[in-house]
Amino acid sequence: MALAVVKSATTMMSPDKPRPMVSIDSVTMSFGTFIAVQNVNLTVADGEFLAIVGPTGCGKSTILNAIAGLLKPASGTVSIDGAPVDGVQNNIGYLFQQDALLPWKTALENVELGPMFKGTGANERREQSMKWLAKVGLKGFEQRYPHQLSGGQRKRVQMAQALITGPKVILMDEPFSALDIHTRHLMQNELLALWQEERRAVVMITHDLEEAIALGDRVVVLAAGPCSHVIDSFPVDLARPRDVSEIKLDPRFMDLYRNIWSSLRGEVEKSYERHD
Amino acid sequence: MNAMTERMIQLGLLVVIVGGWQLGVEAGVIDVFFFPAPFDIMKQIVAWIIDPGFYRHVSITLTETVLGYVIGTALGVAAGVWLGLSRGAYRILDPFIKALNAIPRVVLAPIFVLWLGLGLWSKVALSVTLVFFITFFNAMQGVREVNPVVLANARILGAKRSSLLTHVYFPAAASWILSSLRTSVGFAVVGAIIGEYLGASAGLGYLIAQAEGNFDAVGVFAGIMILAMFVLIIDRILDIAEARLIKWSPHSTESRAT
Repeated sequence: MALAVVKSATTMMSPDKPRPMVSIDSVTMSFGTFIAVQNVNLTVADGEFLAIVGPTGCGKSTILNAIAGLLKPASGTVSIDGAPVDGVQNNIGYLFQQDALLPWKTALENVELGPMFKGTGANERREQSMKWLAKVGLKGFEQRYPHQLSGGQRKRVQMAQALITGPKVILMDEPFSALDIHTRHLMQNELLALWQEERRAVVMITHDLEEAIALGDRVVVLAAGPCSHVIDSFPVDLARPRDVSEIKLDPRFMDLYRNIWSSLRGEVEKSYERHD
Repeated sequence: MNAMTERMIQLGLLVVIVGGWQLGVEAGVIDVFFFPAPFDIMKQIVAWIIDPGFYRHVSITLTETVLGYVIGTALGVAAGVWLGLSRGAYRILDPFIKALNAIPRVVLAPIFVLWLGLGLWSKVALSVTLVFFITFFNAMQGVREVNPVVLANARILGAKRSSLLTHVYFPAAASWILSSLRTSVGFAVVGAIIGEYLGASAGLGYLIAQAEGNFDAVGVFAGIMILAMFVLIIDRILDIAEARLIKWSPHSTESRAT
C-alpha cells in the first residue's frame, strides 16, 4: 500500500512541502527463502519523526538495516536525501537496542569515534565530544568505561555518539526497551528535547505503542511477519514540545491509541498464533 | 573462615608434608636415592641462589621464554586475526592447521636442534610452536566473536577497514589473548625447558638434565623447585600486566554479561 506523506503543520516554517529525506520504494527483504518484509513503501520527510510499530518478528529491524545500508534489499530501492543507499551509510545516526559502545574505550573516546573516523583534528573532536557529553547530562563521566556506567548512562553516550556527526537521518531500533520505565520516560523526554533543537528525519522502531504516539509525528503499523508490509499510517497531531509522561493523559492521545491499537491488535494476535 | 585461619591451615599443611617427608628420611623409611631429604634440597637451592653463575642459567631460560612468548604471540595474533576475518582463507587452511596442531611438539625438538643448533634459537622455536596455537585460536575466536552490533555501529560511524582493525578487531582479540596469557606463558616455559633438557649447554632445563645424568636426585628436585618459583614469579608479573592492560574490563568476579 502506498502512503502519502502527511506532515503536521506545527513543524516547518517554510510554506512549501518539506523534501523527502528517506524514500523506501517497493522494498522486499528476504533471507534465503524467508521473506521478512514485502513491498514496503515509505517516505520520511526532512524533520519528520516516524514511528513504526508492529508485532514481534515482523521484520521491523530489517527495514532500518536496509536504510542504514547494513542489509541489501532483495528488490526495490532505498534512498537518503535523493541518493540511493549502496553499502553502509555514514550520514546517518543509528541508536541500537543493544549496547553498541566499544567496551575498551571511555565514554569520551566512544563519542569521539564518529569525528575521528571522519578525520576531525584531535583537539576539535575532543572539544565537540565534551560538549555532547555535557548535553546528554554526562559531564564528569567522560573517563568512565561503559561497564562503569548504568544502562541509562550508556544509552546517553550512544545518543551523543550517534548525534555528534550531525546525521541527516536518525534510525532507532527500540532504543529504550531495555531500560526501566522511569529511565525510559526520562530518556524519551531528553531525546525529544535534543531532536527539537535540531530537527532531523527520524525513523524509530518500537513495539511500544505509547512510545510511538508520544514521540512520533506519524505512526505506521506493520503486518505480522513473514511477508510483512505496511497496513496503516496515522498522523499524530499532538502539539509539541511534548512531555512523554503527561501526554498519555491527553484525551487526543487516548483516541489515537484506540484507533491505532484496533489496527495493530489483529496483527499482534496473528503473530502469536504463528509463534505459539 | 577468615583469611588468617586459611593461611594458618596452608602453613600447617606445608609443615606436615615437608616435616613428614624429612622425618621419613631420618627414620630410614624413605630412600634418599629416590626422594632426597627436603633439607638437602633446600641447601642445594640456597647454594644455587647465592652462586652468581646460577643466574646465567636463569637468564638464558628467561630469554628463551620471553622470546618464544613474544614471537609466538605476535605470529599467533597476526594469523588469528587474518583467518578470523577471512572465512575463505580459514576454510582452505583449516586442515593444515589442525594437522600441525596435532603434532606433539616435543618430537619437533630434535628437528629444531638439527636446524638451529644447540643454542638459544632451537629452544625459542619450540616455545613458539607451543605458544603460537594458543594465541592463534584465541585471537581467531576473539575476532569472530566481535559483537555484530558494535561492528555495525563502528561502520555506520564511518570506520574503514583499517580503523575497524585497530579500534574493533584488535582490542576484541586482545581481551581473549590476555585471558589466555597465563596458559601461553606456561607453555613458553615448557618449550624452553624441554628444549634445554633435550640438548643444551646452559639453562634451568640443562641443570636438571645434568643432575639427572649424575643420579643426583637432590639436584633434580631443587631444579624442579626453582622452576616452580620461576613460573610463579612470571605469573605474578602477568597479574600486574593484565590489570594494567585491560582496565576497561569488569573484574572477572563481576558479571560479564553485556
